[in-house]
Amino acid sequence: MIILEDVHYSYDGVYTALRGISLQVDDGERFAVIGANGAGKTTMIKHMNGLLRPQKGRVILDGQDTKFMSVAEIAREVGLVFQNPDHQLFLDSVKKEVEFGLRNIGFTESEAEQRRQKTLASLGLEGFAERSPFTLSGGERKRVALASVLSTEPRFLALDEPTIGQDAHQKNQLAQMLAEMNKRGRTVVVVTHDIEFVIENFPRTVAMADGQIIADGSTSMVLSNDEVIERCALAPPQMTLAARALRNVFPEVGQRLTLLSELEETIIGILGGA
Amino acid sequence: MALIEFADFSFKYLGADSLALKRIKLTIDEGEYVVITGPSGCGKTTFCRAINALVPQFHRGYVAGNVYTDGKNTRENEVATFASVAGLVFQNPENQLVTLDVEKEIAFGPENLGVAPNEIRRRVEELIELLDLEELREKHPHEMSGGEQQRVAIAATLALKPKVLVADEPTSNLDPQSAEAILKIIAHLNKRGMAVVLVEHRLDLVAKDASRIILMNKGRIVADGNPREILAMDLCEEIGVGVPKATQVYKRLRTRGVELGTVPLTGVELAELVQEATSR
Ligand SMILES: Nc1ncnc2c1ncn2[C@@H]1O[C@H](COP(=O)(O)OP(=O)(O)O)[C@@H](O)[C@H]1O
Ligand SMILES: Nc1ncnc2c1ncn2[C@@H]1O[C@H](COP(=O)(O)OP(=O)(O)O)[C@@H](O)[C@H]1O
Ligand SMILES: [Mg+2]
Ligand SMILES: [Mg+2]
Repeated sequence: MIILEDVHYSYDGVYTALRGISLQVDDGERFAVIGANGAGKTTMIKHMNGLLRPQKGRVILDGQDTKFMSVAEIAREVGLVFQNPDHQLFLDSVKKEVEFGLRNIGFTESEAEQRRQKTLASLGLEGFAERSPFTLSGGERKRVALASVLSTEPRFLALDEPTIGQDAHQKNQLAQMLAEMNKRGRTVVVVTHDIEFVIENFPRTVAMADGQIIADGSTSMVLSNDEVIERCALAPPQMTLAARALRNVFPEVGQRLTLLSELEETIIGILGGA
Repeated sequence: MALIEFADFSFKYLGADSLALKRIKLTIDEGEYVVITGPSGCGKTTFCRAINALVPQFHRGYVAGNVYTDGKNTRENEVATFASVAGLVFQNPENQLVTLDVEKEIAFGPENLGVAPNEIRRRVEELIELLDLEELREKHPHEMSGGEQQRVAIAATLALKPKVLVADEPTSNLDPQSAEAILKIIAHLNKRGMAVVLVEHRLDLVAKDASRIILMNKGRIVADGNPREILAMDLCEEIGVGVPKATQVYKRLRTRGVELGTVPLTGVELAELVQEATSR
């Protein structure tokens, strides 16, 4: 379990990027963190693996105050994938990049190789092992950064905007991998602007604005809060806009349609069956 | 003369084992709004780089065929020639900003091209107005949000008065409202006559602005045409393109025998089509 307790953080001593964050992350859950650019999402998630340390407040990992733990100790439990892969990748081949972390936590050479192959395949990166990360496309680089952390399968996975530059198919692949790991008991925290990705994959959502948590609860509850929509700079999903426009003409259309299949059935209903 | 012409152009990066672009043949005319989409790694960024000669002059490799941008062969003219024809905007604005304030950032490009100081002043003021940057004049880039940085990066690109804006996933680091604001600006620039080539995965956001969608897969162009026609094709799902939700509903209804006539691109269009269908 990770507990953030009244965490404050400022980069420059003038602007306070986190202003009293309190959050409990239970073992085995998965949730999304949303918020406008600059809300403090990256700053918060970096506190979870000890990359940043609270200037006020505490971060508690499995009952232990992380003040007394090294980054390496925390990182063994909490794996973080950076928003910008350029800040994470530093070796000259994809293979080395992914095996580095695995060897580091004690996997043998052959185990590391096996895990590396499996993870690269699940992320659609077969055949990339010998490539230099610097010659990859943006989306491929992002997936290598994901692979280097996902392959180690730490107890806590913290992913900062993992869907950037990914197409629909790759997003599904990633969602599936995260769901499998979650089923095996891993805890998954994802920062994202992709509301459909959130709705489809995460039961809990934490909304941030101006360095604070403004809502925390079930995804459907958090996303139906108008203040959240406004302050997190969200755009209503097209499905919501469709439902709203339909409701103006057909009052029988329900208040909260989010799923594609629901909208489909509603339209069939309006048109008097197929 | 076409603004951009790919004449059977192929490219393989040095050290890569397959072609990043395979026999690309197409033309893009002035005033078009072209969205390029396709799976990650299919060659979209390489396509953008080929428009302004970064491929093959900066990123080297094996080349066949030619690209003509504004009539000039990208293999035979210096990269600098193309800076004032095709303005490139990238995914990560923080990697693109070079100076410490907005005015200097906008002036940087034209200064390097030796544009007269009076003219530079004029462009700076015009762009600050057009992109709504007044409040950012005094700010350093790292004090700006991602959306603000991207507006500054676009202004800096436009300062060179390009004929075409080439934007490679310009909103993928932005929150939805900042992304919409950037896309509105791009649509506005297009209405004022600037050609746009935009790489984007989230077609929900851009299909309605585009005059044309080009689908790429494995270095090839696999479909090219009107957004409604292209998005109605099953090929989109096959190669993993994010078809707008409203279009997906249309397709699902179609398989159940409900034909809405036109292909909707937005939720509101979908609702209108349903309403029309009931009053028939
Ligand atoms: N390295 C840094 N130096 C100074 N300020 C920073 C730095 N990184 C982030 N900030 C500021 O801290 C605030 C929160 O940033 P961040 O956590 O990156 O937000 P988010 O991830 O939600 O977009 C923003 O105002 C940002 O400008
Ligand atoms: N500098 C480079 N060196 C070698 N291969 C590259 C380089 N840049 C991109 N590639 C390869 O070229 C292909 C197309 O990449 P890119 O145009 O960036 O794709 P996209 O933008 O569609 O994601 C990919 O397979 C990628 O790995
Ligand atoms: Mg961030
Ligand atoms: Mg790209």
